[in-house]
Amino acid sequence: MMAPGAAPALKHLAQNGAAEAIHVENLHKKFGELHVLKGVSLSARDGEVIAIIGGSGSGKSTLLRCINCLENPTSGIIRVNGEEIKLKADSHGHTVPADRRQIERIRSKLGMVFQNFNLWSHMTLIENVIEVPVHVLGVKRDVAIAEAEKLLARVGLAEKRDVYPAYLSGGQQQRAAIARALAINPRVMLFDEPTSALDPELVGEVLKVIGDLAREGRTMVLVTHEMKFAREVATHVVYLYNGLVEEEGPPEQIFGAPKSERLKQFIRNIG
Amino acid sequence: MVGLLHTIEIAIGATCLGLLIGIGGAYGKLYGGPVVRDLLAVYTTAVRAVPELVLILLLYYAGTDLINQVLAALGYQRIDISGLAAGIAVLGFVQGAYSTEVIRGAILSIPQGQIEAARAYGMSPGLLLRRITLPAMLPFAIPGLANLWLIATKDTALLAVVGFYELTLATRQAAGVTKAYLTFYLAAGAIYLLVSLISNLIIGRIEARARRGMPSLKEAR
Repeated sequence: MMAPGAAPALKHLAQNGAAEAIHVENLHKKFGELHVLKGVSLSARDGEVIAIIGGSGSGKSTLLRCINCLENPTSGIIRVNGEEIKLKADSHGHTVPADRRQIERIRSKLGMVFQNFNLWSHMTLIENVIEVPVHVLGVKRDVAIAEAEKLLARVGLAEKRDVYPAYLSGGQQQRAAIARALAINPRVMLFDEPTSALDPELVGEVLKVIGDLAREGRTMVLVTHEMKFAREVATHVVYLYNGLVEEEGPPEQIFGAPKSERLKQFIRNIG
Repeated sequence: MVGLLHTIEIAIGATCLGLLIGIGGAYGKLYGGPVVRDLLAVYTTAVRAVPELVLILLLYYAGTDLINQVLAALGYQRIDISGLAAGIAVLGFVQGAYSTEVIRGAILSIPQGQIEAARAYGMSPGLLLRRITLPAMLPFAIPGLANLWLIATKDTALLAVVGFYELTLATRQAAGVTKAYLTFYLAAGAIYLLVSLISNLIIGRIEARARRGMPSLKEAR
């Protein structure tokens, strides 16, 4: 339960008894002079789908990338699975992870899906999917292959298992990237604008896969521009503006009855 | 024939040593601290600025002398450094400077997202190097590294000046004894050509394998 005096932004969690998978508190991120995140808090409990929306430059991707320390936060607390990421200042005064092994362990529980897919181009799809289970998690190769075949079938790419990513469409690559993320049996899936680099006609196939995952109760944090989709699948929507949480709440409230003037305008503009 | 064998041995040894130095050097230049980067900049600049013949004379004579002086100072016996080991070390040191730059460029050519993805899935730096960075940079590095290998096979001829018995020295001796200069030097030239041709075949195979995930340019036209 929330301690008294905790940020009101986190109040919604009190209604939900599930364990907290991701907890971000008062996160700041500066790139040199540029103050991108100015004290953001965020929480994802098991089974929740958190959609982060906001205009470009609002800091939503940076927030997501701070969760697995692809960007090192300038200050703040990040807990994954109840374990706080240890940070320290390096000789230049930048905040860096204090314990590389801890970061690697935490990262291997977070399935990240990137805007540009980032499949490994020298590996076939099946090799991409088994890479982390076999080499990071120590799963036996034949077990990993059997599991990977199921996952590729699930995202509709069973017959493409031995094809290299460069020979596939963006939609197919992104679905393969989702299979790669699922292969580590992640505690939380992180999606960084997964459909923004896709041709419009390919967006649907990727959203369908993500939507199925959401409906089966996967915990997810999703940065997206697809408002309709966010409204459909999210359990909680966070609107970021200029490095701060401007408004958050259940999707019906955020999209149906926004309070903030900026959010109203944002939703109007996006249509 | 012994001469050819020595030539190939040195070329392979020097290229392997050069590759190791090159991988380390490229990593140091890309990810190292300021001191490491400066030292590597001095190394690659100096080695690439000085003619290889001068470097070979310098490293071969000065290098063996230095090692023996150090050994003597520490109270050990002087050792005779074998021509093969010295040749590999000297040419490998030179090759290392060139391959550092080739590999650095190749690593920079990898789409950074692929490296980021590997980090995001918890790969340790060693695993990342072995599983992602090296295989992903290979297609970009092979043309440059193939050049270096061919240069290495012919740089071995420079070792003739320090009296190492390889193809060129063997040819000179045989030609000197028999006075059949044209025959022997043409034969030597043919042998170098043959080495290059066979190398090209093998490199072609390796390149096809390294580029396995990349659509060929012909298809893109």
